[in-house]
Amino acid sequence: MDEIFDIFLLEALINGILFGGVLALLSLGLNLIFGVVDVVWICYAELVMFGMYTMYWLAGVYDVPILLAAVAAIGLVAILGLLVHVLIIAPILGSPPINQLLATGGLLFFLQSAATLMFSIEFRNLGLRLPILEFNEMYFSYARLLAFGVALVGMAAVYLFLTRTYIGAAIRAISQDREVMVLMGVDSKKVYWVTALVGGGLAGLAACLLVLQYDVHPFVGISFGPITFIICVLGGLGNMIGGFVAAFILSIIISVGGLYSEMEWGYVLAFVFFIVMMFIRPQGLLGKK
Amino acid sequence: MSEPIIAVESLVKRFGGFTAVNNVSFKVDEGEIVGLIGPNGSGKSTIFNMLSGALKPTEGSVKFKGAEIGGKLPNKICHLGIGRTFQIPRPIHRLSILENVVVAGYFGQDGIGSREQAFDAAKTSLEMVGLPTDHGVAISTLGAAGLKKLELARALATGPKLLLADESLGGLDNSEMDQAADMLKRIRSEMGITIIWVEHIMGVLMRVVDRVMVLDHGEKISEGLPTEVAHDPKVIEVYLGSDSEDAQASAESGSGN
Repeated sequence: MDEIFDIFLLEALINGILFGGVLALLSLGLNLIFGVVDVVWICYAELVMFGMYTMYWLAGVYDVPILLAAVAAIGLVAILGLLVHVLIIAPILGSPPINQLLATGGLLFFLQSAATLMFSIEFRNLGLRLPILEFNEMYFSYARLLAFGVALVGMAAVYLFLTRTYIGAAIRAISQDREVMVLMGVDSKKVYWVTALVGGGLAGLAACLLVLQYDVHPFVGISFGPITFIICVLGGLGNMIGGFVAAFILSIIISVGGLYSEMEWGYVLAFVFFIVMMFIRPQGLLGKK
Repeated sequence: MSEPIIAVESLVKRFGGFTAVNNVSFKVDEGEIVGLIGPNGSGKSTIFNMLSGALKPTEGSVKFKGAEIGGKLPNKICHLGIGRTFQIPRPIHRLSILENVVVAGYFGQDGIGSREQAFDAAKTSLEMVGLPTDHGVAISTLGAAGLKKLELARALATGPKLLLADESLGGLDNSEMDQAADMLKRIRSEMGITIIWVEHIMGVLMRVVDRVMVLDHGEKISEGLPTEVAHDPKVIEVYLGSDSEDAQASAESGSGN
C-alpha cells in the first residue's frame, strides 16, 4: 500500500515539475516586460490564446507542418506583443500606473471578445494524440515532457540573450535605472520594443507548447493568466529568478495537492499558500526591500 | 577666439510656480575646467539636467558646438558628446564593473561603435580612473570612492567632448579628494575633454578649475577666477556664510599652484 502511494506521489511531483516549465516560461515573459517597461500586462495570457489559435488554424486546419506553424505563431505573437506596446502602452507611458494596468485589462476583454466573435466559444484542438510515456508504472504525457524541455531551452535562450548581448545588458540595466541608461546613450524606445518582441515571442512559444495539451477557446487565457501573475508576485514582481523558482513551487503544490481528490483542490492549496506567503514575504520570495 | 563648446543663453526652468533656474547664461570654451558652485537647491543639478537632456528647459537656449540641443532626448545628447556623472553614484548592480562601462561605451557612441571599440573605450576609461578591467568584478566590491570612479569611467566611455561632473566629494577623505581632483585634470590633459564641475567643497575645486560660476536661488550671482569669486562680497554673503574666512583661505592657498 505504501509503495503504491509513493509512486503516485512521485508521479504527481514529476508532473508538477513538468507543468512548471511552461508556467516558468510565461512568468519570465511577464517579468521581463514588467522589469523593463514597469507595466504588468494583464492581457499576457490572451497573447497565448492568440498564439494557440494561430497554431490551430495553421497546423490543425490548413495542415501546415507543425514546426513551421510554430515558428509562424511565435513570430506573430511577438509582433502582437510589439503592437500592444506601441499602440496601447507607449502613448500612456507617462500616465499613472493604474491607467496602464487598466488599459491592458481592457485589452484582455477586447481580445477575449474578438476571439469569441471570430472563432465562437467552441473548444478546438489540433487533434494530435501524442503518446503517453510509461516508466516504472508511472505515466507522463509526451506533450508535457516536450513542453518542459522546450520551455527550458527557451528560457536558456533568453538567459543567453540577456547576459551575452549588449542589448540584453541594456535591458537588464534599464530595468534597474532608466534615467541613467538613457544618459549613457541607450535609446529607451528601442529597448522597450525589443522587450515587447521578446515578451510576445515567449507567449507565442508557450502557446505552441500549451496547444499540444489543452483545447483552445476564447477564455483559455483564464487558465494561465492569473496563475502566471501570481507566480510573478510570489517570486517578486520583476525578479526573473524568483519567478522561475515560484513557478515550480506552485506547480508542484497544484499537482501534489490535487493528488488526493480533485485537481481543483491543488489550485485551492496553491492559492492558500500564495496568500499566506504574501503575509510572510509581501515583497515576494526573492524580492528586495 | 574660437566658438565656445557650450553656450547657455537665458536658461529658465520652472516647476509649477517655483523657478529653479532663472535666466542663467554662460559660455565654456574648449579645454576649460569650470566650477559650478552654490548652496543646496541653488539650481546646479537642474542646470546639469537641462544640459544633459533629462529636463526640458522652460525657456532659453543651449548651444553645443554651435547647434541647439535644448530639449533634445538625453540619448541623442549623449551621442553628440556630452557625458554626465551623478552626485550619488548610480551603478547598475546586476552588471559587473566592466559590463557597466562597456554598455556605456557601446550605446554611448550611437551604434557606430563595434563590440571591440566599446570594449577598448571601457578599458581606457577604467584605466584612466584606476579601476580593475577584469571580467566579472561585482559592483559590491567598490567603496564610496570606487563608485564615484565608476561613474566617471561610464561617462568617459561614451566618448564625451564635454563632461558634466556632478562630483560632490563630500564622502571622501582628503587624499581621495586630491586624487579625484587630479583625475579631472588628467581627463582634460590626456583625453582633451572640457569639464564643468559641480562641487560643494570649495577648497579642492578652487585648486583645479580655471573659472568658477556661483549660483544662488537659481541665479548666477558671480563668475570669474577662483580668487576673484572668493572675494566677491555677494558670494561671501549668500554662499560662504559664516565659514567665509576659511573658504577664502583655502581658495588663496589653492590658487598658488
